[in-house]
Amino acid sequence: MSKKQYAFYPGCSSQKGASASNFLTSIGVMCEKLDIQLNEIPDWNCCGASIGYGEGGELPRLVLSARNLALAERELPGQEMVSVCPACWLSSRETVDRLHESESLLAETNEALKEAGLTLKNEVKQRHMVEVLIEDIGWEGMKKPVVKPLEGLKFAGYVGCQTNRPFGIAGESFENPQYLDKMVEMVGAEPVKYDQKVTCCGGALAFSEPDKSQAQIRQIVESAYDHGADMIVTPCQLCQANVEIYQSEINKKKGTKFNMPVVYYSQLMTVAYGGDAKQAGLDGQLIRAEQLEKIASKK
Amino acid sequence: MTATYKNDFLKEVEANVEDGQWVKMCMQCGVCAGSCPLGPHWQHSPQKIFMMIRAGKREEVLTSDSMWMCTSCYNCIVRCPRKLPITHIMHGLANYAHRLGLAPKGQPTREIAKLFWDNIVKTGRVNELKFSLAMYFKDGFGQGVKNAMAMQGIGLGLMKAKRLNPMEMLGGHTCKDKGGIHKMIAKAREIEDRRKGLSGH
Repeated sequence: MSKKQYAFYPGCSSQKGASASNFLTSIGVMCEKLDIQLNEIPDWNCCGASIGYGEGGELPRLVLSARNLALAERELPGQEMVSVCPACWLSSRETVDRLHESESLLAETNEALKEAGLTLKNEVKQRHMVEVLIEDIGWEGMKKPVVKPLEGLKFAGYVGCQTNRPFGIAGESFENPQYLDKMVEMVGAEPVKYDQKVTCCGGALAFSEPDKSQAQIRQIVESAYDHGADMIVTPCQLCQANVEIYQSEINKKKGTKFNMPVVYYSQLMTVAYGGDAKQAGLDGQLIRAEQLEKIASKK
Repeated sequence: MTATYKNDFLKEVEANVEDGQWVKMCMQCGVCAGSCPLGPHWQHSPQKIFMMIRAGKREEVLTSDSMWMCTSCYNCIVRCPRKLPITHIMHGLANYAHRLGLAPKGQPTREIAKLFWDNIVKTGRVNELKFSLAMYFKDGFGQGVKNAMAMQGIGLGLMKAKRLNPMEMLGGHTCKDKGGIHKMIAKAREIEDRRKGLSGH
């Protein structure tokens, strides 16, 4: 089978030593097993994330994404652009849509891009990694490399916000998307019923409004416990970080005893595909996913 | 005496706020208010903000800290029966109020939004260590040390897991064409300010 090639936008949190670097480790191993080749967009920049609007406004924020699109057009022509980060994907897709809708905005964007020696035709299709998996690889294709089914493990599939809204994965509902549960089943584990599937973790406001965000996170973790989950699984870096990192804070303030591992879908797949704990980035967990480590270390 | 209807502020919002032209489409159903994860903490829900704009309450809207409660979850957008891009309008209003200097001073999300933008524009990529420290120390040195101490366990845990790199203090990840990015952002800001009649600062 020939490799499928994509222009890859890893995003800031996936970089070495950054908060989701272990996610990218597992993405790399997962893609190798699935014959997906990710060609990193040279010199990509930050998308502005969800909080960039405050100071950045509209056009400066859009040109940040436009620069990445223009680089992909020039350096990796003909390739669709793939993001693993919901915020990166959302910003890029929003920029593509807006610049398609308004010729004047595209003209202004190009005026700004010229300062960085770039022009944008706006021809690059935006994909989320989950879309690539479902639409290009397919459920059968994803299942094929499974050599170690994650039997007996129960996962609460926490989709969160930005992978799900406003664009979402094609064919899924905003209120009750199914694909993450299907992924859990695909790797041989059990998805639990989970009523906080699309609840917001507070996003960037985890920094600025810690109490309000931690109230959200508490619900998200508590419900996973209530439904008998061993772990939470998510496609989102900020969801992962917020829901994992602040459990100890909530324990301190509220007397709870949360200790719920929060992992990425790509970590489940890497382990199920026979990868070891390091390849799955399990050494990057603050709350160790011991059950997954155990399966990963089995010969 | 009857009050005369003035729609000056609505016109201002339509002209200067991102997606502001949608404001008059709101039919006041309140689904946005009920869908927001931080709904109970909004002084005025989006529904109310839209009505206040139409009622010409410029001062109350632009000085409100409501819009700064938006977590960018996009629940309101997907549920709005009139398909208003509510999240973007809230972001647009927050940014407009911020740029006019009317947004509440010390509003924590306003402050971190500025810290974040300044952080990413510097090198083209987020420096997570410098961003965390800037947040801790935004209220002065004493408070910063206190904040940093309180989060010490988490910080060390992240470092041990190789998800926070102390070496980022010395520069960290960066785009090669920082200079081009700086010029590009400056130009974009200049164009936007010209369009909105804002003076650059």
